[in-house]
Amino acid sequence: MNPRIVALLLVLAAPPVFAADPAEMLKDPALETRAEKIGQGLRCLVCQSESIENSNADLARDLRVIVREQVQAGQSDDQIRAFVVARYGDYVLLAPPFKTSTLLLWGGPGLFLLGGLAALRSFHRRRVGTPPPPPLSADEQRRLDQLLNNEDA
Amino acid sequence: MRRLFALIPLAALAVLAVFFWNGLGRDPREVPSVLINRPVPEFQLAGPPGQSSGLSSADLKGRVSLVSLFGSWCVSCLQEHPTLMMIRQGGELPIFGLDWRDDPVKGAEWLARNGNPYEKIGLDPAPGRVSIDFGVTGAPESFLVDRNGVIRYKQIGPITPEIWQHTLLPIVRELQK
Amino acid sequence: MIAEIGHFALTLALAVAMVQTVVPLIGAARQDNALMAVSGSAAMAQLVCVAIAFGALMHGYVTSDFSLLNVAQNSHTQKPMLYKVAGVWGNHEGSLLLWALILALFGAAVPVAGRNLPAPLRARALAVQAAIAVGFLLFILFTSNPFERLYPAPTDGAGLNPMLQDPGLAFHPPFLYLGYVGFSMAFSFAVAGLIEGRIDAAWARWVRPWTLAAWIALTLGIALGSWWAYYTLGWGGWWYWDPVENASLMPWLAGTALLHSILVVEKRESLKSWTVLLAIITFGLSLLGTFLVRSGVLTSVHAFATDPARGAFVLILLLVVVGGSLALYGLRAPALKAGGVFAPVSREGLLLFGNVLLATGAGTVLLGTLYPLIADSLDLGKVSVGPPFFNAVFLPLMAPLVLTMAAAPSLAWKRGHLARVRSRLGLIGGFGMGAGLAVLPLGGPWWAPLGIGLAAGVLAGTLAEPILRLRAGAGLSRRQIGMTAAHLGVALVIVGMVGEGAWSSEAVQNQSIGQTVTVGGYSFALNAVEPVKGPNYTADRADFDVTQANRAFARMAPERRVFTVPPRPATVAAIRSTPLTDVYAVIGEAAGPNTWITRLYVKPLVIWLWIGALMMAGGGLLSLSQRKRS
Repeated sequence: MNPRIVALLLVLAAPPVFAADPAEMLKDPALETRAEKIGQGLRCLVCQSESIENSNADLARDLRVIVREQVQAGQSDDQIRAFVVARYGDYVLLAPPFKTSTLLLWGGPGLFLLGGLAALRSFHRRRVGTPPPPPLSADEQRRLDQLLNNEDA
Repeated sequence: MRRLFALIPLAALAVLAVFFWNGLGRDPREVPSVLINRPVPEFQLAGPPGQSSGLSSADLKGRVSLVSLFGSWCVSCLQEHPTLMMIRQGGELPIFGLDWRDDPVKGAEWLARNGNPYEKIGLDPAPGRVSIDFGVTGAPESFLVDRNGVIRYKQIGPITPEIWQHTLLPIVRELQK
Repeated sequence: MIAEIGHFALTLALAVAMVQTVVPLIGAARQDNALMAVSGSAAMAQLVCVAIAFGALMHGYVTSDFSLLNVAQNSHTQKPMLYKVAGVWGNHEGSLLLWALILALFGAAVPVAGRNLPAPLRARALAVQAAIAVGFLLFILFTSNPFERLYPAPTDGAGLNPMLQDPGLAFHPPFLYLGYVGFSMAFSFAVAGLIEGRIDAAWARWVRPWTLAAWIALTLGIALGSWWAYYTLGWGGWWYWDPVENASLMPWLAGTALLHSILVVEKRESLKSWTVLLAIITFGLSLLGTFLVRSGVLTSVHAFATDPARGAFVLILLLVVVGGSLALYGLRAPALKAGGVFAPVSREGLLLFGNVLLATGAGTVLLGTLYPLIADSLDLGKVSVGPPFFNAVFLPLMAPLVLTMAAAPSLAWKRGHLARVRSRLGLIGGFGMGAGLAVLPLGGPWWAPLGIGLAAGVLAGTLAEPILRLRAGAGLSRRQIGMTAAHLGVALVIVGMVGEGAWSSEAVQNQSIGQTVTVGGYSFALNAVEPVKGPNYTADRADFDVTQANRAFARMAPERRVFTVPPRPATVAAIRSTPLTDVYAVIGEAAGPNTWITRLYVKPLVIWLWIGALMMAGGGLLSLSQRKRS
C-alpha cells in the first residue's frame, strides 16, 4: 500500500492528546458545561468520528471557540446548533435531527421491537394450537431404552 | 406462509448488499456544501500587509469569480498554486483569496515567494470566522460565485489543470452567459 | 527464503481447504465413510499449513527482515520484542493471517473434540468451515499478501504507531478474532444441520460449548479494547460508539442471544429455526465487522488502511457465505420439526423474550452504524450517527432486558407459576427499588437511581435461585454457578456504567508546580514535572500528591511521551483504582514556565466495569468446564 496513505492514516489515528485548552474554557462553570454539551453533539468535520470536544484539529478548535462565544453571548442551545448546521449541514450533528430522511433511523428500532413482539406472540399462539408430537414407535422406544441403559451403565 | 417468512433474512441481506455496494464507490468523508445556491456570507477582511488591501463580500458581486481558500501553512495549497497562477494569466475570471488561519507576515511572505494570483485577499485569522461562514473544512477549497454573489460550486482539495479545464471552466462559461 | 516457504504454505493451505470443502460433502451425500474421513485429516493439514505461514511472518517480524514489505511498513528495530510479535497482527495483512490461523485452529479442533459426533454432520460442518477458509485464503493471497518482498530492503522499518505499543491493544485483536472466528463453529454446524434437515438437542449440546467459548473470547476482547481506550486515550471514556466498536458489539449481542436460545433447543427441542438463524446472523455480523473495518465505507477512528478493492472482495465473500446460508435457511428451515412446548410465562418464555430484546438491540446498533451509508446511498444526504443517538435509543431497550434477567431465574422451566414466585419477585423488585432509593441522595441524572436499581434487581434475582437451592440441600452444577457469575458480572458492569456516566467529576486547567487542584473531593498537588527517557521515547513525568479529606491517598505520575519513531506524542494516564472510585490524572503540554495543562478526573465505580466483564468471562469458563451432565 502507498506509504503516504499509511502515514496519513497514522496521523488521523493520532490520539486527541489535549483538545480543550484551559485557555478556551469559559469562566462560568455552568456556561462551560453547556458549551461542552453542545460541542459533544457536534461532529469534528476533518476527523473520523469524533466530536469537536474530543478533537485537536484546528477546525474543531475554532468551532469550540465559536460555540463558547455564542454561549457567552446568551444564544440558546438550539440557536447555536442551527448556526453550525446552516454552514455544515445535518452532517455535523452526531444525533441526526428527526425528519423524513431520518424516519427510518429513529423509527427503525421501534419497528424491530414491534416485529419481534408480533413474532413472539404468533409463536406462542401457534404452539398452543399444536398437538403434542406423536408417540414414539416401538422401534424408537427400544432404541431410547437402549441408550438410557447405556448411560446408566 | 412460513416459507415466505423464512426468506425474509435473505431479502434483508439483499437490500443491505445494495447499500454496501453503493457505499464502496463513495467517500464517506466527502460532504457536499449546504451553501450551494446561497449568497456569499457578508464579511469585510483586511489583507496580508503589502499584498492586498483586503476583501469584502461586496467585491464578489457584479462578476463571476473564484474564491480560493489558502494558507502559508498548507502543503496542498502549494501544489495548487501554479494552477491558480495559470488561471490568472488566462484571465477568464478574477480570483479572490481567503488566507485562512494564517500569520499576516508569513502569508505575505508566502505570496511574495510563490507569486500572487489573487485580485484581492482577505486575511481570516483563527478562529477563521469568515471561512466557517463559508462552511470550509480544510484548505485548499474554492468556490465559484456568480454575478449576483451567489455560491454556485464548491471544489474540495487542490484545483489541478484537469479539474480547471473539465470541471470548473465549463461552469464558469455557463455562469458568464 | 522463509517468507517464500510461508507463501507456499499458504497456497498449499488454500488447496487443502478446497479439497476439504468438496470431498466431505460428496462423502456425506453418498454415505461414503472414506470420503467423509478426509475432512478430519484435511482440517489438520490446513492448520499445519496456515501455522507454517503464520510462523514465517512471525519470523520476519522477530528478526526484523525489512526485505518484507509488510515488516518494513509496520515494524522497527527499536521496538520492544513483545510489540514486534504483536506487530504481526497490528496491520491488515497480518491480522487476516491471524484470522485464517484461528479459523484453521477451530476447524482442527472438530475432529479432535468431536469423535462422538455423527460422521455426516461432522464432515459437512468441516466442509462449511473449509469453504470459509477458502474465501479468506483467496482474499489474503490475491489482495493482501503479507509475504510481498521489497527491493532494495530499507535499513530500518517505518515504525509503528506508538499508540499501539501497549499490552491492552497487543492482545485485544487476538481475543476479538477468537470471538469472531469462534462463531464460525456455530455457523458451520447450523449450515450442516440445515443440509441434513435435522437440528436437535444433541446438535445443541455440541454447538453450545463452542458458542460459549467464542462468546467468552469476544467478551474479553471487547473489554480489553475498552480498557485500553480508558487508560491510554487520556479522556477517561471507555466506549465511544465508534463504528468499529459497534462492529464488535453486534456479534456480541447476537451471540449472547444465540447462547440463550441454544439452551431452549437443548432443553425443549424448540426454537430450532430461530437458533439456526441466529447462528448464521452472529457469524454474518462478525464478517460484517471485517468488511466495515477494511472497506472504507464508514469513517472510524480505528479503521485499518482501507481500500475499495479489498472492500469489494470482503463484500462478495460476505454475500456468498451469508447469502448462501440464508438461502439454504429459506429452503430448509420451514421443514425443521417443532419440538416441545413451553408457556409464555416460563424460563424458556423469558429467554425468548430476552432474545427478542437482544436481537432488537443488535438491529438498532446495525441500523445506527449503517445509516450514514444507507442515507448516502438513497441520496438523503450525509448524516452522522453518534453517541447521542445510541444513548437515546439503545440504552432504553436494554432496561427491559435487564428486568427480564432479574426475573427469569425465579421462573420454572416449561410452565412458570407467577403465583408461586410472587413473593420472591416482590422481594427482588423491592431490593432493586431500595437500592435505587438509596442512591437518590447522591444526585446525578435521573437514570442513575434507575440503573443502580436495575443492577441490584439482577443481583438479587440471580442470587435468589442458587441460595434457595443450597438451603434446600441441593447442590449446584458448574453450569449453574457459571451462569450466576456471568449474570452477576452484568449487574456489576451496569454499576460501573452508571458510576462513571452519572457521578464523574473532572477539571482541566493550567496547573503550576506547587499548586493544588481539588476535584470530586480529591486534592491534586503538583510537586514536580521531570523529563524522563524511555527505550523509544522521551517524556515529561508529573509527580502528584493526591489527598482526600487531608489524608494521603496516592502519589501519581502521569506521563506525556514523545516517541522517537515516528515522532508522535502520547499520554500515559496515571490511574488509581479503589472499589469506590478511580482517580485519574493526565498531564498535557507545557503552558508556560513551570506550568502544564493538567486534566484530573474522579470516576466512581469504574473498576466494576472490568471486574464485571471478567466475571462474565469467568462464569462462561466455569460453565464450559462442565463437560457433561452426569
